[in-house]
Amino acid sequence: MTDFIEPQKKFDMENSELEINSVAFKEVEQPGPGSLVEQAKGFWVTFSTMFKKNQTVQYPDVKAPTAPRFHGRHQLNRHPDGLEKCIGCELCAWACPADAIYVEGGNNTPENQMSPGERHGAVYQINYLRCIFCGLCVEACPTRALTMTNEYELADDKREKLIFEKEDLLAPLRQGMLAPPHPMYPGMTDTNYYNGDVTESHPSQNLSGQGQK
Amino acid sequence: MTTAELLGKDPGWIIALKALIVFVICVVATLMAVWTERRVLAKMQLRTGPNRVGKFGLLQSLSDGVKLALKEDIIPAAADKIVFIIAPIIATSMCFMAFAVIPMTGVVNLFGHKTALQLTDLPVGVLYVLAVTSIGVYGVVLAGWSSGSTYPLLGGLRSSAQVISYEVAMGLSLVAVFIYAGSMSTSKIVASQHENIWNVVVLFPSFIIYVISMVGETNRAPFDLAEAEGELVGGFHTEYSSLKFALFFLAEYVNIIAVSALATTLFLGGYHAPPGLGFTEQWLGGWFTFIWFLLKVNLFFFIFMWLRATLPRLRYDQFMKFGWKVLIPVSLIWILIVATLRVLQQEGASRSVVAAFAAGVVVIVMAISSLADRSKQKSREPLPQGEAPDFPVPSLPNVKSLKVSGGE
Repeated sequence: MTDFIEPQKKFDMENSELEINSVAFKEVEQPGPGSLVEQAKGFWVTFSTMFKKNQTVQYPDVKAPTAPRFHGRHQLNRHPDGLEKCIGCELCAWACPADAIYVEGGNNTPENQMSPGERHGAVYQINYLRCIFCGLCVEACPTRALTMTNEYELADDKREKLIFEKEDLLAPLRQGMLAPPHPMYPGMTDTNYYNGDVTESHPSQNLSGQGQK
Repeated sequence: MTTAELLGKDPGWIIALKALIVFVICVVATLMAVWTERRVLAKMQLRTGPNRVGKFGLLQSLSDGVKLALKEDIIPAAADKIVFIIAPIIATSMCFMAFAVIPMTGVVNLFGHKTALQLTDLPVGVLYVLAVTSIGVYGVVLAGWSSGSTYPLLGGLRSSAQVISYEVAMGLSLVAVFIYAGSMSTSKIVASQHENIWNVVVLFPSFIIYVISMVGETNRAPFDLAEAEGELVGGFHTEYSSLKFALFFLAEYVNIIAVSALATTLFLGGYHAPPGLGFTEQWLGGWFTFIWFLLKVNLFFFIFMWLRATLPRLRYDQFMKFGWKVLIPVSLIWILIVATLRVLQQEGASRSVVAAFAAGVVVIVMAISSLADRSKQKSREPLPQGEAPDFPVPSLPNVKSLKVSGGE
């Protein structure tokens, strides 16, 4: 330590009144109290604020809408005929900086066709104790299966409850959708699915005879 | 018939009943005051404030109080147990006692008995209030000392120094009222204001000094440096929990209401209606005067809240400087002026003499203020440079640099 400081200190001692271990300071001009009018203005600010509309949101009763692209809970989307878009590629899990996503892929078989093509996500978990809602998983998803909703109420009383399973994350069945597993649309390949050629389910896909709207 | 004679005829059960009423008023007023303060402060900060418990959140402070009382009561191992328990009791009971001499209504009918809502009327009523609130300081000092901990000790010292300093200014500001009313009895001061004019008009400087020192006396913002959360945790009551803390909390608010009530009594005509609205005093069999009293007390309480919402906290040295170097000298000079004017009036001096005296006072005040300005300019000039000491010191005006370490 001394080797480094010594020469500079000598220089300081000879040429300047400032030593290496002393700090020069300037006297700061204190503004002092303002005039009475200035101070009265301050009181007027608080008084007039009483009659302004307050900014409180009565939260549990009134939910203020989020920004349109707010990063909320994830959602696993479906094709218009109800098949899942997720192909179990794990790209989302690889993209995740917080290691919050766990995916296990599975093969699609004629008896168990969950998504168009060969593969589907057999296990899909997102751990919301780890998730930082950065959205990198959404960017990584090649089939647009994973997107984010605006839902932000993600508090619970058990840690286990915050690991969301596939059924928690899947989008609800909409008009014209059938719950998988069911065969692909007759005469359509997975490429047709991604090109948007499938717009609703076909009656032949309805194997279990469940109610088709 | 004076109030003292009226109160002298009270049978025992009326006195007991009035004591109970005064106690209930204080406790309920505290609950309402906490709620009002939180709501009004919230309004001043564009918030809503508590609105969940009961209608408009009115029961919020009640539920907070119940919660506080049910919490675990901790006495620190290092605490002086007996003093630790006695301190909050002293602080609270003294605040309630101050209310005994406050006249809250004119002559009213209380269960078929003609009386006034005032527990007792002492000839030295205002001095009694000052004395009792001074004893309340013991609660603070003892609480800080007996906690056996650093922050409470510092907070207790600060609080007590603060309250004592500002009580001097407060007492001096009241002297002008005594001179003017010719009495120290609260009811007589109210009566004299009713006959002449409210003291706030004739003794305006006293009123201002009183209002400032009452804020200092009650340890409220901007003078709440004894309970500065950022510096001293909670001040003298850091180690207190549960009911004992609730007692300090109660004491603080009852104290605020007490000084507000005293200000109302001494400067705003007490329970009397404002000039021109005297006919309202007969409504509800005289009980309407209580509404006037409450309105005036609330006005002062609003000032407390307004100050808290507006002003930042003072530093300890600024606070003490303001108390000792501004408030006390100003009130001393003001007392001299009031006393002289009063004597001139009583001696039947002619108007020209009074006017000459007033003009002389104005000239002297102007001369002093111009001199003060000049001395301020002089103090801004750079100071001669001295020798820097060898040891680390805080920045001094005559040292150009300061050592931060002695390390060689």
